[in-house]
Amino acid sequence: MKASMKKPDVDLSIEFAGIRSPNPFWLASAPPTDKAYNVERAYEAGWGGVVWKTLGEDPAPVNVSSRYSAHFGKNREVLGFNNIELITDRSLEINLREITEVKKRWPDRALIVSIMVPCVEESWKTILPLVEATGADGIELNLGCPHGMPERGMGAAVGQNPDLIERVTRWCKQYYSKPVIVKLTPNITDIRVAAQAAMRGGADAVSLINTINSITSIDLDNMVARPTVGSQSTHGGYCGAAVKPIAMNMVAEIARDPATRGLPICGIGGISNWHDAAEFAALGAGAVQVCTAAMLHGFRIVEEMQDGLARWMAEKGYRSLNDFSGKAVRNTTDWKYLDMNFQTIAHIDQDQCIQCGRCYIACEDTSHQSIAKLVDTAGARRYEVIEEECVGCNLCQITCPVEGCITMVPQESDKPYLSWNEDPRNPFRESVTAAG
Amino acid sequence: MTHPLDHLPRAGHGSDGAALAANFSDLHPPLTQRQAFIESQRCLYCYDAPCVEACPSDIDIPRFIREIAEDNVNGAAQTILEENILGGSCARVCPTEILCEQSCVRNHDAECQPVLIGLLQRHAIDHMRFDGHPFVRAADTGKHIAIVGAGPAGLSCAHRLATYGHRVTIFEAEAKPGGLNEYGIARYKLIDDYAQREIDFLLEIGGIEIRHGQRLGDNLALDTLKRDYDSVFLGLGLGASRQLGLTGEHAPGLMPATDYIHQLRQTDDLGRLAVARRCVVIGAGNTAIDMAVQMARLGADAVTLAYRRGVESMAATGHEQEIARANGVRIVTWAQPERILLDDAGRVTGMRFARTESRGGALTATGETLDIPADAVFTAIGQAFDDASLSDRRAAVLEREAGKIEVDGNFRTSLAGVYAGGDCVAAGQDLTVQAVQHGKLAAQAIHQQLMAQQEVA
Repeated sequence: MKASMKKPDVDLSIEFAGIRSPNPFWLASAPPTDKAYNVERAYEAGWGGVVWKTLGEDPAPVNVSSRYSAHFGKNREVLGFNNIELITDRSLEINLREITEVKKRWPDRALIVSIMVPCVEESWKTILPLVEATGADGIELNLGCPHGMPERGMGAAVGQNPDLIERVTRWCKQYYSKPVIVKLTPNITDIRVAAQAAMRGGADAVSLINTINSITSIDLDNMVARPTVGSQSTHGGYCGAAVKPIAMNMVAEIARDPATRGLPICGIGGISNWHDAAEFAALGAGAVQVCTAAMLHGFRIVEEMQDGLARWMAEKGYRSLNDFSGKAVRNTTDWKYLDMNFQTIAHIDQDQCIQCGRCYIACEDTSHQSIAKLVDTAGARRYEVIEEECVGCNLCQITCPVEGCITMVPQESDKPYLSWNEDPRNPFRESVTAAG
Repeated sequence: MTHPLDHLPRAGHGSDGAALAANFSDLHPPLTQRQAFIESQRCLYCYDAPCVEACPSDIDIPRFIREIAEDNVNGAAQTILEENILGGSCARVCPTEILCEQSCVRNHDAECQPVLIGLLQRHAIDHMRFDGHPFVRAADTGKHIAIVGAGPAGLSCAHRLATYGHRVTIFEAEAKPGGLNEYGIARYKLIDDYAQREIDFLLEIGGIEIRHGQRLGDNLALDTLKRDYDSVFLGLGLGASRQLGLTGEHAPGLMPATDYIHQLRQTDDLGRLAVARRCVVIGAGNTAIDMAVQMARLGADAVTLAYRRGVESMAATGHEQEIARANGVRIVTWAQPERILLDDAGRVTGMRFARTESRGGALTATGETLDIPADAVFTAIGQAFDDASLSDRRAAVLEREAGKIEVDGNFRTSLAGVYAGGDCVAAGQDLTVQAVQHGKLAAQAIHQQLMAQQEVA
């Protein structure tokens, strides 16, 4: 038996849009949640919830062979991941039976069923009672699948049309009694429009992002993209660490949109560790969904995610996710409200500097020529910031290979906060005096 | 002349050939494709990189490493060869720990581990695949240059001259080209016939002829070369091993380390080499280490390296000293050779050393002595430029500097039209990579001079 250890005294459990879960880590609707075997392994590993891989109408679709591809980093780390899989290729009956059994065996875990059927009321009216009968905690509408299904009028074809989002959501609220989460596609121009449509339809929550249309790489010998099916390929859905910045922006857009204020958001997109999860929560997510990281490393990653999040929360004095959820939203604003009088300047810690010259050449070639290269008589080099020239762009800090060597130092200023709206240099500023 | 170690047992006696051969395989095995890729990612692609400043041959190191990282190994190889046509052997024999790798910014705190530049360079050269030679030979200029010595300096000079379209004839005393790469490097640093294969590659440029058995002052006269060729480049090696200056210098059992290494490199049967059960190597440079380690790997029971000063003064790099210790070599410092101990038959039985100490910086004998029994004593106390190699009537008048040939910044000697580079000239560190650089720069100077003359004419 293992020795018992002290654990951080925090409560990771959540209640998201009426769905209770022992922790905020859910597996997204995807291959890892395709059947009872995987889902039960996930619960055993500690996942708080699972969104079952999307159910559709029979006959179930047929998948092609060769389905995934990746955008690799230099050391073969997967930066981004791409798939051309369709919704579940198992029959509706088998899936419903397994969902029922799994929910019975794991009553404390969240089990949400992802659904995608044609944009016809009858289809939804037929499937929803069947799903309700499983005892699952809620449903997630897959209105975002970007590959294959849109060609059949489903998935992203619905999610890209606000009227359809609203209509389908409304049918779901009509024919299903439990929480309805609408999963949004990022393959649109303004995510807020889709979220507003879901809200109008009565959605209990939105989840985002679904995958992004992508081609990850080209086999230059055979002149075909990956994943390759025979001699052809097609675009897939992009996910994994690389999409996290895009997803976070979309989450923040919805979180700070007055029209959708208070709408619960389940964050999805490149979440690979507790830190990512905390960031999504800071932008307003009340739960998060993970897929790619689990596909790359297995379900065990949830142990570190729970432990890391709990320790960080304890350190910060947060007792539950609610204590910090959305805390970064109010500091996320439009460009025009940023303080024009704020000035930060790079500082190079000469004790930490390894004299690689990367900051110098980056600034010299591509920025503001604000770093001087000094060479002493012995040939030793030294890089110094020319403070009068530095605009505080962060480029040197970004290119510096030594963490903490270059810091951006906010400058003392007696000037008050001044937005671009008020800035005299703005020819279109809202003139206070003229109005008065 | 009988071999000074003929009375000793053979390496093959008591150990099998496969084990012996394994002892002389690559000291630092090459990186695998994956290792090279990972290691190449560690390079920070410094601007005005310190490693480039530290490299005597001006290779654009960040560039070739980035090319490896970008799966462009031929590009990487060309970046290296452009500055150092013997980049393959330099990658193996360079003391990178005091050159490029010493100056790598990744040595700094937090990592303390340089990018393995030498092994990456080797990777690029080992894996290059060109359709023909990667250099183009310019149209024939009608000029013909004589080079004395087919060592790294001479070969580098020849290749660069050939790319300019000049014809080159190299005059070499030994039976094979390569100089120290062929005859003087520890066998496990440059294995198999790598030195010859690299030269075969170099000669693919065309327009280079090598004539063997040609020795300046013997069957070769500088005057003749000056008369028959448009320019002459002297790329002579350091011929003479310094002597101890003690009685018994020629006794059976005593031998210059370079002579033994010469045999070790040329033999196709390590088992037939004479091996001392107990031996002493006198010296503190990399040759001393090479000798001691190779003797240990050939099966000697006790190998002692003796040096008259302290460890901190040893010319061998710390890395080399570690190799010696890892091979069981005992390093005895503050021991100055005093007497060669001989038996009744006049054979070496050991060395007597005077214990020394440093008094106010001056090396002083303490009055104590130390006897180390040995069947063989190898001297590796440095090589000097052998004046005999300039016994040629014309060469004898070449101006000297610090015992070597004096050259100016363009590698011109005091004789018009005669250039020199490599170990035989004053400037430099007696490194292969330095010799390659001299040869390359001399070739550029020769080319400019010849082209300028042509314009005037």
